[in-house]
Amino acid sequence: MPATSTGDRVRGVVGFVGELLITAGVVVGLFAVYTLFWTGVETANEQEALEEQFSSVEASPEATDEPAADDPEPEPLSGDAYARLTIPRLGDDWRWIVVQGVELETLTRGPGHYPETVDPGEVGNFAVAGHRATYGEPFANLDRVQVGDEVRVERAGVLHTYVVTESFITDPSDTDVLLPVPGQPGVEADEAVLTLTTCHPRWSSSERLIVHATLAESAPVEEVA
Amino acid sequence: MYPWIWQHLPGPTAVKVVLAAVLVGLVVLVLFTVVFPWAVTWLPGQEVVVDGAG
Repeated sequence: MPATSTGDRVRGVVGFVGELLITAGVVVGLFAVYTLFWTGVETANEQEALEEQFSSVEASPEATDEPAADDPEPEPLSGDAYARLTIPRLGDDWRWIVVQGVELETLTRGPGHYPETVDPGEVGNFAVAGHRATYGEPFANLDRVQVGDEVRVERAGVLHTYVVTESFITDPSDTDVLLPVPGQPGVEADEAVLTLTTCHPRWSSSERLIVHATLAESAPVEEVA
Repeated sequence: MYPWIWQHLPGPTAVKVVLAAVLVGLVVLVLFTVVFPWAVTWLPGQEVVVDGAG
């Protein structure tokens, strides 16, 4: 190699910086693909496995048996398939397996049941959180759900139909929406309600979108799909 | 950087092309399995629960 001139050195540095910039551009582009597309693929795969897990648990005889008084139903493990959620307003193929738990990691698999809240159909508040953007974005269009819409939850062989009573935007710290009687601390529950939470606006963490519904009917599941 | 890597890949051009593709694939794999899952938690809109932490 001939002795490098100042010009060569400058060209070398400029070329290296250029390579870095191009690399950064490609990485940012890949990150966009990951966020907008790949997280959805991963969640769809998780949901497929969860659907199988849920179906096999539901099909096993003990799932529908009344738990004996001295043998309470075992607590589901975090991340396990917990219930099947359908909201007709969001489309005929809108069907999600709810998992147990609301940790960040858990919610990448699907909507999650707040473990401190009651099971579906029970008196009190059954609450579920879900992503509104990325990871399959189950609650992307939760803002389209209107008062009077049905929210159906299937668990342990029973289909619980809730009817939406209100939908509003609140503060991220507003944990009162998870109370047995939402928004009324210290009041004892006498009816079964459902709460859905997600972020608002979409792609933001500044507020939360809340949907409340009241139990209208609980009936045994006729056919297991 | 890239010319330097290319020069240090062994073998004839065809082998170099394959090796370069493998290297790119490894980098993308690490990005998708390690770097991006971590980075995405820093995006807004990932917080969907109500809690005291806000």
